[in-house]
Amino acid sequence: MNQASTMPPKSGINPVTPPKKSMLRNQRKMAPWFFLAPGILMFLVFVISPIFQSLWISFYEWDGLGEKTWLGLANYLELFDDENFFISLKNNIIWLVLYMLAPPIGLAIALMLNQTVFGIRLYKSLFFFPFVISQVVVGLVFAWFYDPSYGLLNVVITSFGFEPIAVLADERFVTYGIIVAGLWPQVAYCMILYLTGLNNVAADQIEAARLDNAKGWKMLWYIIIPQLRPATFIAVVVTVIGALRSFDLVSIMTSGGPYGSSRVLSYYMYETALSEYGYRMGYGAAIAVVLFAIMMLFITGFIWKMIRDERG
Amino acid sequence: MKPKFFKTLLAASAVLIASTGMAEQRTLTINTDTSDPAPKAAFEQLIADFEAANPDVKVDWNLFDHEGYKTSIRNFLTAEAPDLANWYAGNRMAPFVEADLFEDVSDVWAENNLSEQLGSALPSMTINGKQWGVPYTYYQWGVYYRKDIFAEKGIEVPKTWDEFLAACAKLKEDGVTPITIGSKYLWTAGGWFDYLNLRVNGYDYHMKLTSGEASYADPEVGKVFDAWDQLTTNDYFLENHAAFSWQEALAPMVQGKAAMYLMGNFAVAPLKEAGLTDETLGFFPFPEITPGLPAAEDAPTDTIHIPANAKNKEDAKKFLAFLATAEQQSKINAELGQLPVNKNSTVPEDPFLAQGFELLSNAKGLAQFYDRDAPAEMAKAGMEGFQEYMVKPERREAIIKRLAKIEKKVFKK
Amino acid sequence: MFPQPIEKSSPSIRYLYQIGLPIALIIWLLPLIAVMMTSVRPAADITAGNYWGWPSSFNFLDNYKSVFIDSAIGGFIWNSFMVTIPTVVGTIILSCLTGYALAIYNFRSNLLIFFMFVAGNFIPFQILMVPVRDLMLQMGVYDTYRGLIIFHIAFQTGFCTLFMRNFIKGLPFELIESARVEGVTEFKIFWHIVIPLMRPAIAALAVLVFTFIWNDYFWATVLTQGSDTMPVTAGLNSLNGQWVAAWHLVSAGAVVAALPPVIMFFLMQKHFIAGLTLGATKG
Repeated sequence: MNQASTMPPKSGINPVTPPKKSMLRNQRKMAPWFFLAPGILMFLVFVISPIFQSLWISFYEWDGLGEKTWLGLANYLELFDDENFFISLKNNIIWLVLYMLAPPIGLAIALMLNQTVFGIRLYKSLFFFPFVISQVVVGLVFAWFYDPSYGLLNVVITSFGFEPIAVLADERFVTYGIIVAGLWPQVAYCMILYLTGLNNVAADQIEAARLDNAKGWKMLWYIIIPQLRPATFIAVVVTVIGALRSFDLVSIMTSGGPYGSSRVLSYYMYETALSEYGYRMGYGAAIAVVLFAIMMLFITGFIWKMIRDERG
Repeated sequence: MKPKFFKTLLAASAVLIASTGMAEQRTLTINTDTSDPAPKAAFEQLIADFEAANPDVKVDWNLFDHEGYKTSIRNFLTAEAPDLANWYAGNRMAPFVEADLFEDVSDVWAENNLSEQLGSALPSMTINGKQWGVPYTYYQWGVYYRKDIFAEKGIEVPKTWDEFLAACAKLKEDGVTPITIGSKYLWTAGGWFDYLNLRVNGYDYHMKLTSGEASYADPEVGKVFDAWDQLTTNDYFLENHAAFSWQEALAPMVQGKAAMYLMGNFAVAPLKEAGLTDETLGFFPFPEITPGLPAAEDAPTDTIHIPANAKNKEDAKKFLAFLATAEQQSKINAELGQLPVNKNSTVPEDPFLAQGFELLSNAKGLAQFYDRDAPAEMAKAGMEGFQEYMVKPERREAIIKRLAKIEKKVFKK
Repeated sequence: MFPQPIEKSSPSIRYLYQIGLPIALIIWLLPLIAVMMTSVRPAADITAGNYWGWPSSFNFLDNYKSVFIDSAIGGFIWNSFMVTIPTVVGTIILSCLTGYALAIYNFRSNLLIFFMFVAGNFIPFQILMVPVRDLMLQMGVYDTYRGLIIFHIAFQTGFCTLFMRNFIKGLPFELIESARVEGVTEFKIFWHIVIPLMRPAIAALAVLVFTFIWNDYFWATVLTQGSDTMPVTAGLNSLNGQWVAAWHLVSAGAVVAALPPVIMFFLMQKHFIAGLTLGATKG
């Protein structure tokens, strides 16, 4: 570093370079682009441009082998006449709504753990545990938990004298069964966000509120929760993303069954475009575009808020 | 890990041969998904025999994972084609034939008189009047049952539909689930549709339906569901079958809680492993439904093809001819525990295979199984519909209507 | 309940809390506890229907040994490392660069580029699936470690840029200013001044990205197909098909697959949580 600060760059090598000051300014102007180039390039090639390619493919019929045939909007029109699409869409909405339970439950657990008793740190990390594990493992664990002949759930149910329920083979329960499995790690994530948030709640405000005789729910609602707003924002963002991305658990636990009743858009898209019975790339792309559009609604909202925060 | 090991083994032996001063070697690349122990051993032997018979050809064998193969074949046929690849007969090979990715091998059939020797598989290997590959093994489908339970209840092996229903009723009455099935992965329900349709309407109609010439809205399909209703509405099938895979559904049969299973012959091995013997496990062909209708069977056939982009087609054709011989087919199937397609082959000594060979040799026609005869998208929708029907028989009409709608889309009617 | 510290409550409530906490934890982790118990069960327990009782004997070695010997899981785990480690390294290098550029320099499109990276985080993978798979096929890296690594690096760069940029924004800018006054080149400022200060951020991202990539299932299914390259998540699913009803093996496999990120988490817990909760206290 010493060396660097005593030796102006390059000027020793080439005496005809412009005066030092403007060169540095020039360098400062160019520098960000050198730093950004590799990252932006990768991101453009593998993330941004595929979005537009998908949009483009969604106007074609293509089996991934032969030629593409232009269809115009036919793939999108077909969606309106496709029961499976509406089942998936409906399930996606159920996912979104029920996933919203994750932030409040996470907050409840965080409040419970926000104490200083012996070993609480270990408790906190063990409660967080489910989030660290792969969803594949979570899916296997819960599939087993629900198994009609020997899952724990049915051991309990039958010990009360009820008939066993095949949660994952019953169209009435299957989506909810998968969502419960998904909520498990999601709640853990929200909990850790709130625990961090609670660390930073201003103690003086709580004291002041206590002097005003605020207690229990009132204290929580008017004093604590407003201060947790940044944590809540992130919890909601990750929960919405988690709900709309719900692919792993559906694929592991049911493959969309029984008879397609637990499909969600992300899984249905994969099924049409790439599974053994699929290879309708164009139609799959159209489903993905719809999913993307739904996500865009949320993205726009989130980004708008972030821009406001950036500026303000 | 394993395929690499074999590759090095093959490469090492090739080096050995080369160093002993053999003439120039030609390479023949073959891709297969035969990664399970028995199929792998069968191919090892086949390839070794072929190399021994053709010392100037070195076989380069790439072994794929069974599940992954279904996607990888699409990639390697277009990108980096081997000289040979295994696949399946019937409509399953149609997309590759239509995309000009498989080579026409009618000349191999003609030169080796295969139409006669492999006659039972000729229709399923033919598209547009040409043959596109060589079949090397198949197996029968039918009803596997608990001999001891049947004997105990005094039930005879049913030959007709009425006898079959009576057997079911008797079993049900005595607290035994008549029929086990695990429909979680859908295809087992497809087997039921196949057999009911083959027995109610016959082979020709079944093939017309799966290829889109007939419609699910036809009254014939209604009759299939009428027969099916007699089973579903009486709860003859295993409860919660949509929660189980086909293997999990074997358990009730082993434990004696269920008595029959409509399955392929591959179910025999796990059933015997779990404790059933030739005394307790039996097989009978699916009973007759429409009187006098000649019986056709499901017999999924495994095949080998030459990709259109192959480099060494000359030797590949030699390999196909070699594979078609009665001697090689006997050897392969002795290892696989399945049935050779070449009618001059010897059948492995096994009561189930003996019954299967007899059954298939006398069959009026061989279907490939629902998910191979019907185009992929239709197969998926169909099997999902069958599973739904088996869980909710009351939705029968809605399901038929939906299939008729999807069929219009798939076959562009 | 918070904010009342438990020490100030009555002894009976304190007592209840002390008792309730472990019970709540056991219920919360019940599925996992069951898996761990099952993974040491002998096969006889499974056939005898003893799924939830105490194992009749502890077959720890047998079960885990047979998982490693009879299945390809060892290979799958190796594959996961071969994909995850280069991805972590690559992502951190790229995002240090981009994060630095976006945090330090003022140029017109700065915010635009920043939000491009941010928005990328929210994209449903499915919209990328068909084109990315096709691109990998054309590049000849489909079903190779490289294919997965390249894509993961590109995608993770979005999140990591957001992280790095916010972190660098929190560093004292005067350090950079004074170096500039002394005429130090921009790259040397980055390398000798900023990078050493970024160690905690790098550590946090390393654990996070490691966990994300290790646990990735979707791209593992889309971009690989054979056991030669398949990571452990996708591999475990295929083993699940082979080990039907052999739950003691499935659970042993699941435990093995879950272990590396769990170890990572316990070793670097502070960094992990710091990374995950970025922004949860800001504002």
